[in-house]
Amino acid sequence: MTALSILQLLRCPPAEIQGRILFGGQNLLDLDREGIRRIRGRSISMIFQEPMTSLNPMLTIGEQIREAVRAHTGVARGESWRRAVEMLRRVQIPGPDSRARQYPHKFSGGMRQRAMIAMALCGDPQLILADEPTTALDVTIQAQIMNLMRRLKEEFQTAMVLITHDLGVIAEMASRVVVMYAGQVVEEAPVQELFKDSRHPYTQGLLGSIPVIGRKARTGRRLQEIPGMVPSPLAMPSGCRFHPRCPKVGGRCDQQAPPMIHLGEHRRVSCWRETQNTAGKASGLEKERS
Amino acid sequence: MALLEVKNLKKYFPVKKGVFSRGVGFVRAVDGVSFTLQRGETLGLVGESGCGKTTVGRAILRLIEPSSGQLTFNGQDLLALDREKLRQARAALQIIFQDPFSSLNPRMNVGEIIAEPIRNHLKISRTEIGRRVAYLMERVGLHPEHKRRYPHEFSGGQRQRIGIARALALNPSVIICDEPVSALDVSIQAQVINLLAQLQEELNLSYLFIAHDLSVVEHISDRVAVMYLGRIVELASDQALYQNPRHPYSQALLSAVPVPDPEIRRRQVLLEGDVPSPLKPPAGCSFHTRCPVQNEICSREAPALRDIGDGHWVACHR
Repeated sequence: MTALSILQLLRCPPAEIQGRILFGGQNLLDLDREGIRRIRGRSISMIFQEPMTSLNPMLTIGEQIREAVRAHTGVARGESWRRAVEMLRRVQIPGPDSRARQYPHKFSGGMRQRAMIAMALCGDPQLILADEPTTALDVTIQAQIMNLMRRLKEEFQTAMVLITHDLGVIAEMASRVVVMYAGQVVEEAPVQELFKDSRHPYTQGLLGSIPVIGRKARTGRRLQEIPGMVPSPLAMPSGCRFHPRCPKVGGRCDQQAPPMIHLGEHRRVSCWRETQNTAGKASGLEKERS
Repeated sequence: MALLEVKNLKKYFPVKKGVFSRGVGFVRAVDGVSFTLQRGETLGLVGESGCGKTTVGRAILRLIEPSSGQLTFNGQDLLALDREKLRQARAALQIIFQDPFSSLNPRMNVGEIIAEPIRNHLKISRTEIGRRVAYLMERVGLHPEHKRRYPHEFSGGQRQRIGIARALALNPSVIICDEPVSALDVSIQAQVINLLAQLQEELNLSYLFIAHDLSVVEHISDRVAVMYLGRIVELASDQALYQNPRHPYSQALLSAVPVPDPEIRRRQVLLEGDVPSPLKPPAGCSFHTRCPVQNEICSREAPALRDIGDGHWVACHR
């Protein structure tokens, strides 16, 4: 949802987007339709989870990529086709010349995702929003796509926001991690610190609840559970949204939402327990929420 | 004696084309699968989409009629049973599905859903059935007072619990778990995995645990079988398989699992290309087209699954 808001891909109304979205110092929410259209795909592009539903089944892969190339660069038709084929080659699709003339249904899941990545990259974006890009793929294909994304990120010098529920994918791909729960950021940390020293009980619960290969011998068959379930957006709990499921719930958790506490650069957590831990350094307190 | 024995199980789906439904070939979804399942044991069955693992599960219950092979359950030949005998055998042989949304009848309340198998199989009074339903609901962590609610009123995790209660209704000895946690949120997955482990201990259940998530399978299984294009390529104890996989496909598969620890840099065996179509599987070893260590015999002869010691089975020429 956050990613869709950034590119304003949500229909407003009913959606209402508030706050600021700064991209290169400019607030994207100040832009008109034409302005945001120029950002989409060219400066910021997006990769979706389901490549089949994001590709047009009636057009060949080559035509779809060419369309993107033309929209972003306005080159001539012949040149745009050449670039589309070139993009397919760069995402390592074998035989890109003939593949470009095929329709999406001829492509396997992994190849469709490669084609989507080619499309996302052809505007030479500064930022890619990748929404669960490997979730629908088998594990060996996931490994191929992750390798490809890592390589292209270097090659094209793009930043990436990777949205995923898979902590394994995060550990391998991300340098920084923001953990969200029920629509809010609960913790942010550099990836190594998050896995070694997470501060929010939700993050800790998540890390304990996933089975890790080879850990069973030490910890037994019982996984740590997060009791209960994710609240409905229509009935968010009062106070801290995690408090009904929190094993460390305390005094004011059910009444007042905890403030965001900044513990360092790229390190913040929103939990009442941390306010006690850092009571001495009140300067670190910043009220982000009312 | 094994509780369940599967021998050379095959399921070919005919592929038809044109106005006259001319048969143009077969999809070899399951192509000679053999394994045993002991009482109280969990056998994991892993593989990527289209490898045939789900078909194996359904063929054992004869929800899909196998093309050939032998299925022995409790000394009974499952394939020789007539409808009525099969119905009785299925009481002890249950299944939980991946998608609790589509496997529960939306027009029945939870009490009815769980009572249905009891009513169909046992001749007991309504109060007796009511008591059994309440017991089962409690057993899987649902509130018995919710028995009049309908499936849509429950969350995904709770719906999976309803499916488990229904599977337990007739005191089965084997439950085939077909991707039971893949549709659930991470935080809910652990709840259901723990429930399955706990029920197994208390009721001495055997699970055939079919899943694509290798970490989940390792966590819950005693032994694990790896499938590729309709065949088992490796079968071993969970430790042996995960610590020391011998088949090149198992090695590649395991090395592809992302490790949730940023300090571990794993060595990856990256496979090229995609899985070939099961309509036209490669000759010889079906993995040879993607195998990093194949040689010329691999394209001619299919390797047999053989024991290399300590119950570690591998189908590879090396």
